[in-house]
Amino acid sequence: MFEAVFFYLFSLFAIVSGVGVVTMRNPIASALSLVICFFFLAADYALLGAHFVAVIQILVYAGAIMVLFIFVIMLLNLRHGDHLTFNDIGPRGVVGMATAGLFAIGLFTALGQLPETLPAPVGAEYGTIAMIGRALFEGPYLLPFETVSALLTVAVVGAVVLAKKEI
Amino acid sequence: MSFDDLVSWLGDGAIPYYLALAKCVFAVLFVMQLVPVLIWAERKGAAYIQDRPGPNRAHIMGIRAGGLVHTLNDVVKLVMKEDIIPGHVEKRYWAAAPVIAMSVALMTWIVVPFGDNFLGYQLKVSDIDGGLLFVLAGTSIGVYGVMLAGWASNNKFSLLGGLRASAQMVSYELSMGLSAVVVFLMAGSVSLSNIAEMQAGAIWNWTVFTPVGLLAFVLFWTAAFAETNRTPFDLPEGEAELVGGYHTEYSSLRFALFFMGEYANMIVAASVTATLFFGGYNVPFVTPDMLREHSDGVLIAAGAAIPLLVVFAVVAWKRRERPFYQALPAGDARLKEPMFFVAVWLGAAGACAALAVAGLLGVSQQLSLNTLTFGWLENATVFGPDLVAAVVGITVLIAKVLFGCWFFIWVRWTVPRFRYDQLMDLGWKRMLPLALANVLAAGIWVALFPNGLLETLGLK
Repeated sequence: MFEAVFFYLFSLFAIVSGVGVVTMRNPIASALSLVICFFFLAADYALLGAHFVAVIQILVYAGAIMVLFIFVIMLLNLRHGDHLTFNDIGPRGVVGMATAGLFAIGLFTALGQLPETLPAPVGAEYGTIAMIGRALFEGPYLLPFETVSALLTVAVVGAVVLAKKEI
Repeated sequence: MSFDDLVSWLGDGAIPYYLALAKCVFAVLFVMQLVPVLIWAERKGAAYIQDRPGPNRAHIMGIRAGGLVHTLNDVVKLVMKEDIIPGHVEKRYWAAAPVIAMSVALMTWIVVPFGDNFLGYQLKVSDIDGGLLFVLAGTSIGVYGVMLAGWASNNKFSLLGGLRASAQMVSYELSMGLSAVVVFLMAGSVSLSNIAEMQAGAIWNWTVFTPVGLLAFVLFWTAAFAETNRTPFDLPEGEAELVGGYHTEYSSLRFALFFMGEYANMIVAASVTATLFFGGYNVPFVTPDMLREHSDGVLIAAGAAIPLLVVFAVVAWKRRERPFYQALPAGDARLKEPMFFVAVWLGAAGACAALAVAGLLGVSQQLSLNTLTFGWLENATVFGPDLVAAVVGITVLIAKVLFGCWFFIWVRWTVPRFRYDQLMDLGWKRMLPLALANVLAAGIWVALFPNGLLETLGLK
């Protein structure tokens, strides 16, 4: 019972802060509401038994990626008054709306195909670090996992090559 | 009244909730009560390293307690001071920053175990599957406190301090995480309880006594200095360059939150390091089961401290003859001081004697709620041995944590500060490659000696 209450409460907060990301005028406030959104998402993951995903959500997204985002915003030192305005619907706006429309279609299609009956609950072991580790390194996902890590390395090397004139 | 009656009187299923609440209170109190002790140790340690007496003025009725009372004065001062909110700050974010810094520091401690179990209950606040990953996630959230403080203060020096802090913490998190991976590989688990269990027994079971573990410890400990913004990595608050860094604009209790947060972070770093590399709550060569079996012997062993405490009492008694006390006018409150210390040491000796007598009577092996409440609560579950094991475990953990914190203080007053490019060089060009190579070496090590070096060579 408590878990259901907390789940819907956290979901509500996540949605509210997610809306805050796009409606806030101050870039720092916007970035911080994204961090808060990540937090409540992580709380929902934890309630669903996906502890590993919850911790990684905070460790990677809230703790590393968003820190870099905010770092950049602070370096640019954007403040009240010189916040960015998007009043014109230029090519960027059109592309953005088209992407959002596609995403909405995909979302509603997926929601329309939900099964009538709820699937059987997964065991307590599901979503633990041990399970995910076995699936990644012993199970069927070994090759995709290694490929993705090679891809990320290529991306990092590429970024360094592009950013630095002399290496 | 039986124990089950008490449980049903508290409400159905109440025990787990009460237990959870008690654990939370304990987690907060554990860190909060160590903070004043550390502040005192920092001042006194700095003083001894710099060859001066250190704090020795504040007193309660003439008792100065070696400068410990100064910490109390600090608390009163920080609470009473005017809470100045400068006009130019971004108020909301500015107010949130110290709260984030402090609460994160208090929160990350909860996955550290301080004993194996107590009547089947795990002796740690929360059994999160993430284990140490939770600590790493917590410290990465701690960056926000510093960053927001720097930005919201709306002045150049604070902003520079905040930027330095966040860049530094993000950089050293990588080496920290990778050195923890080495321990994960050796324990086969990310749970700090399993890691501590693995190191039970002989002292060479400690992770630090393997080549890869030793290197991982050095890297982890160095990164911990950077994560807690302690010297030689205290550039975020480098007072010669940045006034006070990110907390320049803070006063009163808001400043106190940053101040306490720094010490709370030290405690978290020291307890995680103690658990990862130095056996956590384990006493060398003694497993928790041995403590349970010989719980009366443990109590008797407490009696061994009596002669030492009596010597301390005699030394305190002799203090009266020092020129300082001889020169005091009659009726000076400080004349009571030697007697106070004699009373403290003799009291401790008396407590040890009581424990030893209890051990000789064999009390701990039959201690239950029945005997403790003289039959009022009818519950015959014997918890004496578990209690002894738990108390020994937490004492040992606190001793290791205090030594770790003393190491922080020791380094602070010995080593000068890095330059910023040196700090980045060390983090990215030296520690990170070393940590990566160490993970590889640890993989090979674990593959070669899956049960540890000694057992594979047939020495155990």
